Amino acid sequence: MRFRYLLREVMTGLRRNITLTLAVMITVAVSLSLFGSSLLVRAQVQEMKDFWYDKVEVSIFLCGDISDSPTCAGGAISEEEKTQINADLEALKPLVETIYFETQTEALSRFKEQFKNSPLAETATIDQMPESFRVKLSDPTQYAVIAAAFAGRPGIEDVVDQRQALDRLFRALAGLQTLALVIAGVMLLVTALLISNTMRVAAFSRRRETSIMRLVGASNFSIQLPFIMEAAVAALFGTTFATGALVFGKIYLIDQNLATTFTFTTFIGWDAVISVIPWMLLAGLGLAVVAAGLTLQRYLKV
Amino acid sequence: MRPALDDVSVDIEKGEFVFLVGASGSGKSTFLRLVLREEKPTSGNVWVGGKDLTRLSSWKVPTLRRQIGCVFQDFRLLPNRTVAGNVAFALEVIGTAEKEIESIIPNVLELVGLEGKEDRYPNEISGGEQQRVAIARAFVNKPAVLIADEPTGNLDPETSIGIMKLLDRINKIGTTVVMATHDVAIVDQMRKRVIEIDGGKVVRDQSRGVYGMGAS
Repeated sequence: MRFRYLLREVMTGLRRNITLTLAVMITVAVSLSLFGSSLLVRAQVQEMKDFWYDKVEVSIFLCGDISDSPTCAGGAISEEEKTQINADLEALKPLVETIYFETQTEALSRFKEQFKNSPLAETATIDQMPESFRVKLSDPTQYAVIAAAFAGRPGIEDVVDQRQALDRLFRALAGLQTLALVIAGVMLLVTALLISNTMRVAAFSRRRETSIMRLVGASNFSIQLPFIMEAAVAALFGTTFATGALVFGKIYLIDQNLATTFTFTTFIGWDAVISVIPWMLLAGLGLAVVAAGLTLQRYLKV
Repeated sequence: MRPALDDVSVDIEKGEFVFLVGASGSGKSTFLRLVLREEKPTSGNVWVGGKDLTRLSSWKVPTLRRQIGCVFQDFRLLPNRTVAGNVAFALEVIGTAEKEIESIIPNVLELVGLEGKEDRYPNEISGGEQQRVAIARAFVNKPAVLIADEPTGNLDPETSIGIMKLLDRINKIGTTVVMATHDVAIVDQMRKRVIEIDGGKVVRDQSRGVYGMGAS
């Protein structure tokens, strides 16, 4: 009985207020899509960090015949200097996990592989390629230790931390995520105001019913429940749309576009999308219930 | 500023029938609102059914109101519900089971004399019948107290007498009835206890009284 009564009340309320209900659904859908997207961007950054931080190295490029940096004034690096650098790197264990010496031949074949679609690959010659030590660190954040020890040393052209290049990308993505979160926050605020106003209108349009309910001794809870359910149902529809938008984005944007274009990195899987959905539900329903409840406190007093 | 009610002390026993009379703005409605705990007194106490309403926490107010039925001058029926639906509403919203509602409604409609009209809508029946629906709704919970705020105010004298007979019957069943009214003829005819309020003070409390002592 109670359930059927509640269902009827909620449905009548939603129908009677159809324009405002639609507005609530749309704002919830848009704000939660943004909210969910920002969570997914964060998951993507984490995914890329996990994938790349394992692979990044610090490269110590050595002076060759054609190097023109000031530290290479003495010409190409000598064999003794190379041995000394290797020994110094060995001394930095366990921070230094592995040391790999890349010859000019290897550098050229890697270059050709990386630029195989570009005319650069054709014109590159072996003497343009620098020799380098590829160093893998047990803790990639400790790059400064290597830089301090080797940068500026005669015979060393440059010390490059691949991680720094990645971090620039990650910072850009994090900025994007923050932007999406801020917009989502503003939208959620708008949604809360809209829900509050919707409740005010709903309470007003049913003031006859609610005043009788108060008189015959219906509890506050049972007076407010149909209204709160109304807001929750509208929010649930909105959340469903937002979830659909994320699924759509995962299929069409990530799986069919990004993942086929940028094959060098991994992208978030369905587990990430699924793990975001509960948070969206929580945000959508929580917002609706709290906004509705607070408004009704004012407009449906005992 | 003058308070709506000032230094009022009234005892109403269980099962009594009391008329509350006085000019508009004299404080009758405030008196009834105090009993319903729609209003709290700035000082003093209000006792209803053995409970001090000034100390009653707000979440217990609904429980209090289930023991008090209310009837108004303007009936306050839901236009989109039938006669039976309006009465059932009072039970639905306090969570009464559907089977129980179905068994109670015919009895209470019979008591107020509306048998055969259960499927009519408020705009299809007369004012007197609408007030009977309102009384049925107020009484369906078997409240200890029935409050009526000028229940005959919108009705012609003949219909009013019918309503008064109904209230009298409800009172005989054991319900305390407190009725605010302007209706001289009814008060004079019923010869019940009369409490007159003027300017927020009780100026007369008389058993088997009439509306005005020579004034009207």
